[in-house]
Amino acid sequence: MAKELWKGNEAIAEAAIRAGCDCYFGYPITPQSEVPEYMSAHMPKHGRIFVQAESELAAINMVYGAAGCGMRAMTSSSSPGISLKQEGISYLIGSEIPAVIVNCMRGGPGLGTIQPGQSDYYQATRGGGNGDYRTVVLSPANIQEAVDYVQEAFDIADQYRNPVMVVMDGMIGQMMEPIEWREIPKRNLPSKDSWATTGRKGRAEHNTLNSLYIEPELCDVHNQNLSRKFAEMEKNEVRWEEIRCDDAEIVITAYGTPARIALTAIEVLRSEGIKVGLFRPITLWPFPEKALHELAGKDHVKAILDVEMSSTGQMIDDIRLGVEGQKPISFLGRAGGVIPTVEEMVEAVKNTLKEVQ
Amino acid sequence: MKKSIIISGFGGQGALAIGKNLAEAGMTEGLYVTWAPSYGPEMRGGTANCSVVLSDEPIGSPVFNTSTELIALNEPSLAKFESGVLPGGTVFVNSNVISEKIHRDDLTAYYIPCNTIALEIGNEKVANMVMLGAYVAATGAVKPETIETMIQEMFAGAKAKFIPLNIEAFHRGMACIG
Repeated sequence: MAKELWKGNEAIAEAAIRAGCDCYFGYPITPQSEVPEYMSAHMPKHGRIFVQAESELAAINMVYGAAGCGMRAMTSSSSPGISLKQEGISYLIGSEIPAVIVNCMRGGPGLGTIQPGQSDYYQATRGGGNGDYRTVVLSPANIQEAVDYVQEAFDIADQYRNPVMVVMDGMIGQMMEPIEWREIPKRNLPSKDSWATTGRKGRAEHNTLNSLYIEPELCDVHNQNLSRKFAEMEKNEVRWEEIRCDDAEIVITAYGTPARIALTAIEVLRSEGIKVGLFRPITLWPFPEKALHELAGKDHVKAILDVEMSSTGQMIDDIRLGVEGQKPISFLGRAGGVIPTVEEMVEAVKNTLKEVQ
Repeated sequence: MKKSIIISGFGGQGALAIGKNLAEAGMTEGLYVTWAPSYGPEMRGGTANCSVVLSDEPIGSPVFNTSTELIALNEPSLAKFESGVLPGGTVFVNSNVISEKIHRDDLTAYYIPCNTIALEIGNEKVANMVMLGAYVAATGAVKPETIETMIQEMFAGAKAKFIPLNIEAFHRGMACIG
């Protein structure tokens, strides 16, 4: 199929339509406003539902309602807007309602900046809402992955009856790149009849979706069931990529735009004879902990350099859990919408190498 | 071949469109391409720019501090990005808007009166197509025929009347490169 040039945000909106998204509820915010803009023009043409909600809270609760009726529903926003959706995400998980939530991240905290950021890693992987919960978090580093993962996200959500997040920095949303519309792997998806609130349809009782379990024993059972489901996701859905790690002395860990910048930094460093590779988590949760542990344990790996668009580092906690003290870890972080440069990354790798020599 | 191009000008001058045309043409010729815009408050009345990479190998970073070429459509763009052009690189200056010359002597500069040429052929709006022609002629990054086909596809149906104007603007831009 011929390649087409697409802007990230418009591409993920089109991907959702191709994945059979029945309903989209959103609210504009830079740098993701092209998603609702595209949806507003194209969802009605396909006979689907587009609603510009009065707020992010309303949008996520509209998702709860529509997806609870068995529809494929999606919302998207950028960091401050995703914060507002946290309560709704917790309720979706408590009621076991599948949905797709896209976060086109900008710098924080608070309103922060409209430029790209990655400081919502904790929120996405640890949950910004209350309760014991997990969501599969897919993180594309290019537009092809963005369209593939958004389509898959609907299937993953339906498979586990759990929301899925697609998390990308603002650069991936704003940039253009060639893509191909290709088939995504097919999954055997369960019917929604046993739980979707679609009326009695001859049943003795109508289906009820609820996250309230007032009896502690029942709520415990509910939580144990959920945690078994999370364990299944952990077993089946973990994804990562290793590039030029076979002989790497320094392994850069990065996702999204910094992972792309790392590719260029690796070219520069390799041309100077410095052996460096990239370990890129694709699912931020489940985190590819075992794969990283194994890589860090190899003799040729001297140290890890974690690079994030975050001042404190957030993914670095998972890097530490994966590496488990086998090798030293250094950190390069830029925040507030500043994207780390190839030159900064090259410098940081050289400094990391000096420290271990 | 790897081109890292900055295209920068006032919002409305067509800087982002020149970049998109180059990316689209590169893609058509089978190159790897990325197009990354600046976005934010600078777009309102200020300077808007985009970073384009055309490469025969997969592209890592879509943004960069050092460019192989700069297309400057206004003075702030030249002031901001000239220092980042790689030694031996090329700067394309819209000489109707920018009265200054470039400051460095290790770069090649082309001064293109884009607006004058566009007005001569009947519509100032095609000034960006003039610049695109100059870029393509000077660098050979993509084939002129690819751009011509693209122009024909871009203005299909009711807009077909704009095809000759845009093609002429593109050719006049190419003719500026001796």
